[in-house]
Formats: sequence, C-alpha cells, structure tokens
Amino acid sequence: MRPPIQPHNLVLRISAKMLIPPILMFALYVLFHGETGPGGGFQAGVIFAAAIFLYALVFGIGLARAVATERLLRVLASLGMLLYVGVGLASLFAGANFLDYDVLAQERLEGQHLGIFLTELSIGMTVSAVMMIIFFAFAERGVRR
Amino acid sequence: MIRLRNLFAVVMLFGIYSFLTASLFVTLNAVDVAFTEAAVGAGISTFLMLSTLALTVRREKVRRKRTAIPLLVVTIIGATLVYGTFDMPHFSDPSAPLHSHVARHYIEASADEVGVPNLVTAVLASYRGYDTLGEVTVIFTAGIGVLVLLGYRKRSGKP
Repeated sequence: MRPPIQPHNLVLRISAKMLIPPILMFALYVLFHGETGPGGGFQAGVIFAAAIFLYALVFGIGLARAVATERLLRVLASLGMLLYVGVGLASLFAGANFLDYDVLAQERLEGQHLGIFLTELSIGMTVSAVMMIIFFAFAERGVRR
Repeated sequence: MIRLRNLFAVVMLFGIYSFLTASLFVTLNAVDVAFTEAAVGAGISTFLMLSTLALTVRREKVRRKRTAIPLLVVTIIGATLVYGTFDMPHFSDPSAPLHSHVARHYIEASADEVGVPNLVTAVLASYRGYDTLGEVTVIFTAGIGVLVLLGYRKRSGKP
C-alpha cells in the first residue's frame, strides 16, 4: 500500500471523515433491519469492512490497524462462527433440530426472531472480520517492502 | 475493439459494471442480490484489486507474441456455459422447478412459521440456515487461507 495521502489533500480527508461514521451506522442499520428490509448480515459485514478500508486508504494502514488489530479480527471472525454454531447447538439441546429456532424462546415466532437476529449478527461479525483480514494481508505486504 | 493497458482504469470499469449489474437486479425486483452486488462487486472487490495494484504495477505489459490458447480456452468455456443455459426453464415459466417445489410453501407459510417481513431473510436465515452456515464457513476458511498464505509476519525479538 502507498504511504498515506499527504496532509494537503484536505478535501479527501475531510470528506472521508464525514462519510465514515454514516457508513458504519448504515452497516449496523442493514444488520439489524435485515428482517424487514433488504440486506442482512453478509451485506452489513461487507459495508462495515468497507468503511474501515476507506479509513485505511485515506489515513494510512497504521492508524486503521490501531482499531482493527490482528488479534481482534481473528477473535471476531472465530466468535462469529462459534455464535452461529452455538445457536444451532442451543436449539439442538432444547430438543429440536439443528438450527431450528422455534424452541429458542417461549413463543415460537419470538424464537425465530431471536435465532435470525443472532445468526445475522454472527454472519456480520465473521464476514466483516474476514474481509478486513484479507484486505490487511494484501495491504501490509506493500508497507513492509 | 477497445483495449486498456491502464489497470487502474480497468478496476474502475469493473466497479461501474458491478453497479450496472446491481441496477439490473433492482429492475428484476431482487433487491437483496442487488445490495450484495453493489457492496461486494463494486465495493470490496474494487478495494482488493486496488490494494493488489498498489503491490504490483499500474500498467499492463505489452506482449509482442500472441498465443491462441487463451482465446481457445475462453471460447470453449463460454460455449459450454451457453450450452448449459439451453436446459434452463424459460423466464417466468410457471412449470419451472423454481415455482413448483418449496418456493410456494415459503411464500405462503413464512409469515406464520417465521414471522419476518423480508422473505429473503426468512429463507436464508431460518429455512436454509444450514446452507448459510456452510457459506459462513466458506468465508471463514477463505480468511484462514489468506492468513496462512500472506499473513505471516516475523516478530522481531520474539521467537
């Protein structure tokens, strides 16, 4: 990756600063609104990762790495997988089929709601973390060269 | 025939192509697919290709020698794919497998069984939750693969 954009590139820096928080918010909206509108965990994770990419491109890899550390990304990606499988196992232990959300709550539909929410959340976690892992793996090769 | 040697422009054209595809999906009422195409095709792939460009060069090398094998391979694969589409049901054919199998049940019963307004989410997260688990596993595995291949770093001072 190239060195961070020089300070005199003011327009880019300011517009990125203005854009990144709405992008992150939009990602969360897509994640939690996926049941009623278009979108879901996958799209939300990708959008969330894109915001971090934009930050890394404009302000440099180092500053982005201060937030999205290697350890955090690895933990996040694995945690998403674990949460997804955990939801499946929870329904298994509650006496239903694997990933059958009906039994997760008192009411059947509430169980479905909870199950979909948790799985979407886990998809979002894994996808955004993996996207960032791939991006940083590419980008940091250039830094060290 | 248009030929671009500037790879930066090629990446940007890919992004525009993805956005066009996304709008095509919107006109086909596949909003979720359009969303994914816009986010992944135009967003993430562009980022990844840009970061790859930063590692290599921006201009394609001019090759004097022309070989026929790539053209041959592309033609054969393209012809095979086109041949494969002949077996597909016609657009909006009511007797297509898409309309005669589980889709009807999903459309009619998902409001009672899952209770989620977005049918796509109901299918992806609930009815086909196991498939989605497989997809997430694929993405996770891809991340591990990239980490194994590229993410190795020598830690200075520590063994």
